[in-house]
Amino acid sequence: MNTPLLAAHGLSVDIAGRRVVRALDLDIAPGQRLAILGRNGAGKSTLLATLAGLREASAGRIELAGTPYARLTPRAAALHRAWLGQTQADPFGSTVLETALTGRHPHLGRWDWESTHDADLARSALAAVGLGSMETRQIHTLSGGERQRLAIATLLAQAAPLYLLDEPLAHLDLNHQMAVLELFASAARDCGAGIVMVLHDPALAHRFCDRALLIDGEGNCELGAVDAVLTAEKLSALYGYRLHQFAHDGQRCFVPD
Amino acid sequence: MPNRRRAFLILAVLVLLALASFWTALAAGSIPLAAADIFSALLGREAPGADIVRQLRLPRALAGFACGGLLALAGALMQVLLRNPLADPYILGISGGAGVGALFAIMVGLPALGVDGLAFFGALGAMVLVFGLAHGDGSWTQTRLLLTGVIVAAGCGALISLMLVIAPEDRLRGMLFWLTGDLGQAISPWPPMLALSVALLLAMPFARELNLLARGLMQAQALGVAVNRLRLAIFLLASLATAASVTTAGSIGFIGLVVPHLVRLATGNDQRLLLPASAVAGGALLLLADTLARTLIAPQQLPVGVLTALIGVPVFLFLLSRQGK
Repeated sequence: MNTPLLAAHGLSVDIAGRRVVRALDLDIAPGQRLAILGRNGAGKSTLLATLAGLREASAGRIELAGTPYARLTPRAAALHRAWLGQTQADPFGSTVLETALTGRHPHLGRWDWESTHDADLARSALAAVGLGSMETRQIHTLSGGERQRLAIATLLAQAAPLYLLDEPLAHLDLNHQMAVLELFASAARDCGAGIVMVLHDPALAHRFCDRALLIDGEGNCELGAVDAVLTAEKLSALYGYRLHQFAHDGQRCFVPD
Repeated sequence: MPNRRRAFLILAVLVLLALASFWTALAAGSIPLAAADIFSALLGREAPGADIVRQLRLPRALAGFACGGLLALAGALMQVLLRNPLADPYILGISGGAGVGALFAIMVGLPALGVDGLAFFGALGAMVLVFGLAHGDGSWTQTRLLLTGVIVAAGCGALISLMLVIAPEDRLRGMLFWLTGDLGQAISPWPPMLALSVALLLAMPFARELNLLARGLMQAQALGVAVNRLRLAIFLLASLATAASVTTAGSIGFIGLVVPHLVRLATGNDQRLLLPASAVAGGALLLLADTLARTLIAPQQLPVGVLTALIGVPVFLFLLSRQGK
């Protein structure tokens, strides 16, 4: 059997002394797509940062491509997984292309400068998110949605086999939401990338992922195939608000009561 | 697109500017010297005014260049460490600590070496204090570091005021000169020159990682930077560079704040270019300011810190007003 891109065993996550995830077992094989859903403050982002090795787990172990984070240098980890955070703040100016090129950092030696090959990769990543014509723009002139797409382009330039995405659709308008989800779906389908993403829309999660993880913030997690987990009954309980489920062309949509 | 050749070109231009400011510093003064005589003096031959060049102007010029370079480098590093464009080398209380040590030494009448010794000791004390308090619970966040530094600096400021009030009249002038910064008090140019070379050599291998650090700690870590180790190293490096400069020439203001901004405005924010360019430009600017300080109303000398502030304040306000638009 192939080594999964990411594996967690008995993983527990605490926020300020409160256990939000208890004894989670999870693995992501190449090509798999997992959605994480839960209420605000349930610990979705914290769980994702823990899975990315950016935060200590309270219990359990996490292996990235078969190796625990403790035995990986930050640079080696960056070659195996890319992480999209929720905020991008830049106190200093920078251009769009320079920002996308930062994704190439783990691929470069200490004294290397970005080569034309790196620039080509960054440019095609920018083109993939529709920012191809903006490479010389200063980033503080971009809109929120453009910043988000730039962060995604930086991630694509990093070219890691596993993407950990914290609310990848934040600030995006509808057509860019679909474009970004299609982009990662094709990365999983065509390049065997593993995807874990925190989403707020269960219908999009059902359409673009094959498994879903519901976390309720009390430590309970439910992991399973999207068809089994993303149902009106379970989601109503998860969000504490009654949802109705409709089917359309094999897709599900959920409408609040 | 960041590019090694462009960086070398810009650095070469800056080095030429620095050489020009060296030349001005050697030629200008109460006794103007001819170019041929300066060359002979530098090559160690006998010439009119050779002693002035070799024993007075050259050591002072080297010390000025080194201090300016150290301050600008430390300022650039502090701005990245705190991710705050308004950070300067003194923001974390290093110069406050040095000031307390130096003023105490002047007040009790220690010789120049004692003043330098206590200044360096005070700077180290402030550094250890800030680090210990900010790092105490392991959280080590930018805000906590910044607040701790500002509070330690404020405490040092109070001690300095206290000493100025109780000091005997005849020591006050020396104390004020130290506080505004004055290259006349430099004993030897070699310690700060050595410090500048070492600091630059240690910082450069991490320049690309600093680019990432400026964009956010988690982002930098996710892209492969050992963030906590790097931040500690940068804190120590910037603090020691500041301490070396402050020990040599007192707390000269504004070089460390303004020069990184000027360079950033002209060349962009790539630390691989920003760090060395700031060091060279800071050195050249301080050297120029010091030459003005000792020639403007000669034979009376102005403290160079007053001149850098007088140049720095309007330049910085101008930059700030432009940034808003």
